[in-house]
Amino acid sequence: MSDRDPKFPGLLDGVVSVIRRDLHLAWRRPGDVLNPLFFFAIVSTLFPLAVGPDAEQLARNGPGILWVAALLAALLSLNSLFLNDYEDGTLEQLLLSPQPLPLLALAKAIAHWLVSGLPLVLVSPLVAMSFQMPARSTAVMMLTLTLGTVSLSLLGSIGAGLTVGLNRGNALLSLLVLPLAMPVLIFGARTVSLAAAGEVTSAGVYFLGAYCMLALTLAPFATAAALRISNE
Amino acid sequence: MWTFLHKLSSPPHFYDLAAKMIPWFAAGSLLLIAYGTVAGLFFAPPDYQQKDAFRIIYVHVPAAYLSMMAYVVMAVSAGIGLIWRMKLAHAVAAGAAPLGAWFTFLALVTGSIWGRPMWGTWWEWGDPRLTSELILLFLYFGYMALRAAIDDTTRADRASAVLALVGAVNVPIIHFSVEWWSSLHQGPTLIRAGGPAIEPVMLWPLLAMILGFMLLFVALLLGRVRTEVLFRERRSRWVRKLVYPEETA
Amino acid sequence: MAELSGQGLTLIRGDRCLFEDLEFALKSGELLTVEGPNGSGKTTMLRAIAGLIDPDEGVVRWDNTNVKRIRQVFHAGLVWMAHRPGFKGDLTLIENLRFESGLRTMTMSSAEHHLMRLGVATLTDIPFRALSAGQQRRVALARLVLADAPLWLMDEPFTNLDAAGQDLVIELLQEHLRKGGMCVMATHQQFELDAPAHRIRLQ
Repeated sequence: MSDRDPKFPGLLDGVVSVIRRDLHLAWRRPGDVLNPLFFFAIVSTLFPLAVGPDAEQLARNGPGILWVAALLAALLSLNSLFLNDYEDGTLEQLLLSPQPLPLLALAKAIAHWLVSGLPLVLVSPLVAMSFQMPARSTAVMMLTLTLGTVSLSLLGSIGAGLTVGLNRGNALLSLLVLPLAMPVLIFGARTVSLAAAGEVTSAGVYFLGAYCMLALTLAPFATAAALRISNE
Repeated sequence: MWTFLHKLSSPPHFYDLAAKMIPWFAAGSLLLIAYGTVAGLFFAPPDYQQKDAFRIIYVHVPAAYLSMMAYVVMAVSAGIGLIWRMKLAHAVAAGAAPLGAWFTFLALVTGSIWGRPMWGTWWEWGDPRLTSELILLFLYFGYMALRAAIDDTTRADRASAVLALVGAVNVPIIHFSVEWWSSLHQGPTLIRAGGPAIEPVMLWPLLAMILGFMLLFVALLLGRVRTEVLFRERRSRWVRKLVYPEETA
Repeated sequence: MAELSGQGLTLIRGDRCLFEDLEFALKSGELLTVEGPNGSGKTTMLRAIAGLIDPDEGVVRWDNTNVKRIRQVFHAGLVWMAHRPGFKGDLTLIENLRFESGLRTMTMSSAEHHLMRLGVATLTDIPFRALSAGQQRRVALARLVLADAPLWLMDEPFTNLDAAGQDLVIELLQEHLRKGGMCVMATHQQFELDAPAHRIRLQ
């Protein structure tokens, strides 16, 4: 720690502190990272088991199954986004910190993505391979999954903020977030299908990029409002 | 003008004013719906391709319009309640939600019935309008579920208001996504893009039904909001006076 | 030095009116205690002053400006000590305090001295949840002392502390007030302090 006069931490310091702390906590509790990942893998296995091993059918439905599994896995870890902070009082401290709350909310969403979204993206080629999806769709798949899971973390943080501390908030959270996430699912899955068929994918990628930008700019404010309302 | 609006936002005044307004809206809607139904069923000629099956648009289209309009009313009043902290605005949002959900459900059912003779099935995922309506229904459910899950009225009002606004931003996006998704496979649609091609004889009953449904919505909404207001203000003096007129203050 | 004041504060929770038309003014070096039996709304009032709850009527002013307009500035000038410690159980004391310094100004150079005084200097490397309730309270006090903020908001600070701990709280508070700080405290405990003190009693 520096021995100079204390300086007021800037906006970036606040964001970095929150992300660092959440990553630190995830490191101490590896289950937070591994559970969604295992869930993703297991759900991806369920489909072939349920509908049969027909390679062509799997390859055709692969993008959709992958995306649904990613969506559900991301939802799984959303409930605890603010729950621990709410229970041990750190959320209250964040609400009373001099840092702007939307920025801290953004930091939480980014940390959530780093812990649950990014691993999904990195593991996705393996799952795609098991569905025998063509290699040419891998790049588009990872790109769309990245944009999609970031959007999901941001959207989900709004839902998590609204339902923090409620009984059975988990199921409610899914009901709130899933309809809002449908555009992401639609464009994500279909764009990967198009890529697998060798067709032009720019429309879908641009849409997901635009949606992600929209979420990045607006979601933190909605999450901040939700957190204040939930802590009254 | 401002005093009128200010008076309107006060619960007891709204309660009285709404009581006076409801009969007018109800009567107007009854007349319009009656005309629209009769004209639509008997006076409009059968459609060239769909024969008599098309007549269900006289219920389906107004229901779909209202399902959207109700959401806008819900989101706008929720926003007003959130920003200006008007309790009445929150009551309007609370009242509009179940109405919107019912209109959405009606649109889905009539859409399904309409599609049956054309598609041969009760549901067609390729139809973008129907799929959008389904997602809209889920948005309504989410809103009502959130309200129901929070005990404290103020927190329920404000949390669901945030949700309604977030949903409002998403509704056009959802619509657009579903359109794009269904355009990838040229699926059968219920309403062709050529709206103006519809003949006046068919058009007037349709407009009447739409307007009639709107008036019906307002009448029902006013009734629901009155009930909401009564419940929220149940411990206040003016409500006690209403219920126990013999009691002196 | 900034001044904290409240005018016409009214709060209704459900059917109960917790307080109505409350007024207070606090200058530097002064203490305001909010007293009352359990459930009378002391914590709620403290939360209303902090800005966590919006009062139904009335306004809280910091430096003569409505707190709602200068939220961040106001928060920079206050530290909150409530029932829950507000630290992460999986992180150590030092890691927790280091995180705090990323959010607000903390005088970390004198950290060791203060931690020793609070009796928690030897506990810096074990996870926070391994500490006893009393030790956790003392760490919460460390946050107050290390933060560079004039206004202390304390909700029942004496809970879970032994006699020595309670004396420590009073000592630290005394020093803080002497340096020009101010404090609003919700408590049902009586104690002696050499500073101008105001009182609000809630029913």
